[in-house]
Amino acid sequence: MNVASLTMDQVRDGLAAKEFSAAELARATIEYAEAENPKTNAYLTFSAERAMAAAMAVDQKIAAGEDPGPLGGVPIAVKDVILTKGVRTTCASKLLEHYIPPYDATAVLRLEAAGGIIVGKTNCDEFAMGGSNENSAFGAVRNPVALDRVPGGSSGGSAAVVAQGTAVASLGSDTGGSIRQPASFCGVVGVTPTYGRVSRYGLAAFASSLDHIGPFARNVKDTARLLQAIAGRDPLDSTSAGAPVPDYLVELDHPVKGLKLGLPVEYYKGLDGESAALIDKAVEVLKKLGCEVIDVSLPHTEYALATYYIICTAEASSNLARYDGARYTSRATDSPTLSDMYRNTRGSGFGAECKRRIMLGTYVLSHGYYDAYYLKAQRVRNLITQDFAKAFTQVDALITPVSPFPAFKLGEKLDDPLAMYLADIYTITGDLAGVPCMSVPCGKTAQGLPVGMQILASHFEEAKMFRIAQAYESAAS
Amino acid sequence: MIFTEKDVRYVADLANLRLAPEEIQRMAQDLGSIVTYIEKLKELDTSNVEPMSQVLFDAEETATLREDVIGPTIPNAEVLANAPAAGAGYFKVPRVIER
Repeated sequence: MNVASLTMDQVRDGLAAKEFSAAELARATIEYAEAENPKTNAYLTFSAERAMAAAMAVDQKIAAGEDPGPLGGVPIAVKDVILTKGVRTTCASKLLEHYIPPYDATAVLRLEAAGGIIVGKTNCDEFAMGGSNENSAFGAVRNPVALDRVPGGSSGGSAAVVAQGTAVASLGSDTGGSIRQPASFCGVVGVTPTYGRVSRYGLAAFASSLDHIGPFARNVKDTARLLQAIAGRDPLDSTSAGAPVPDYLVELDHPVKGLKLGLPVEYYKGLDGESAALIDKAVEVLKKLGCEVIDVSLPHTEYALATYYIICTAEASSNLARYDGARYTSRATDSPTLSDMYRNTRGSGFGAECKRRIMLGTYVLSHGYYDAYYLKAQRVRNLITQDFAKAFTQVDALITPVSPFPAFKLGEKLDDPLAMYLADIYTITGDLAGVPCMSVPCGKTAQGLPVGMQILASHFEEAKMFRIAQAYESAAS
Repeated sequence: MIFTEKDVRYVADLANLRLAPEEIQRMAQDLGSIVTYIEKLKELDTSNVEPMSQVLFDAEETATLREDVIGPTIPNAEVLANAPAAGAGYFKVPRVIER
């Protein structure tokens, strides 16, 4: 058993053939991850006790001749903004360094109900704010493909563990590209489902109208399996969608011949040359498979970044008000009054990026500016969403780059927040419109840095998106 | 857009955020450049566009309503276990009212 390259099919076959037990696999994965973690700092916490209990339950089911579930025995890592009962959940913030959640996120419960084994919690940007994973209070994550480079963010740890082979799959969260961008930087598959497709109960809220939970894995099929397990209506999240969840695996291998794909012209300006060439090549593969490819336009794309940074910071300034030192965060000492406690706790607890976003969000919502910024951004968001609706009357899916450039060096963009934000230009639109989107590896630059291709489909059309991704992955490999 | 240190102090006060002097200076620079960038939205005429606060899907107006029944809740002691200070089943905080 080579834990570093296992797929979900191999886990299932290995368990069925009694090559290894779920308990052996969980133990081997955690031992390997503990040994490899100093290279990347991708894990913040290992959950050996919980993993072993879940793995033994899977082994008992197998021994009794029962189905261990679609994720039976699969070692899975969970981003540290998703709550795990009894397992420390820090949000990569000093404020929650010792926080032990008293309940589980719905996605975590569903993943375990499907037989998945949670092996640990992954590093990320503090409260999921960042595009490089350098904003963690517990140190940056290094890209396993090139250790002097960032893994992307904010779900950098969740992408890195899958690329490094220290988990078979993982959960991340995406508000402006935080799953797809690190997936592309680390050369793995990452999926942001339709807004509302996966319950956010137990996800530390960053920007509620934009937050998503989604899967990472080393191949398309494994992300589809993981999404299948966690998707669907949850009474504990009123924004979770009631639409039925189709079987994503049934259509996965259906041919893509005749599907119409759109290339939004606005997404191919300002793109790094090597990345552009790799995307072109991937589009050629899809054409050979019988897809019809046309140019389309999403005319409001150039306004998306400004829209996003108004809406997400406004919502963040409100959501992060709860970290005040009263109930579950650590509390700054030497605070004689309640007001001092709030100010000192937040002032000493939040990192620079969180402070910047809280400040910007507070400003755009403040008296006299609400209409000019927040309301204006909500109107432009509508225009951006209408662009997508129009495009999807012409085509089945859109193909775009994920990031304007491949993984950059650690520290390279740290002093220029606006340059860092620009890394999100191709991913934030999908979140603003709430459409499903994913990153699929489509090759490497001359320096060996992975590049991802983004596939976007209409609301709740994950099955079609997975089908295109699977067809490309099979043809390209 | 120029963001002064006074502006920063005002917003930090609204956000209950204590900032060190060097943070205030840096924040003024950063917010100045970001706000200049987001003012790009003024180029667009949106007078006939409805604001979009949430991604919405076709559903009945009452689709997310449920019967008001009591479900399981987290026991008081488990909730308080993470509190920096607690007592008698409550969170404890410093005094609120100045005498």
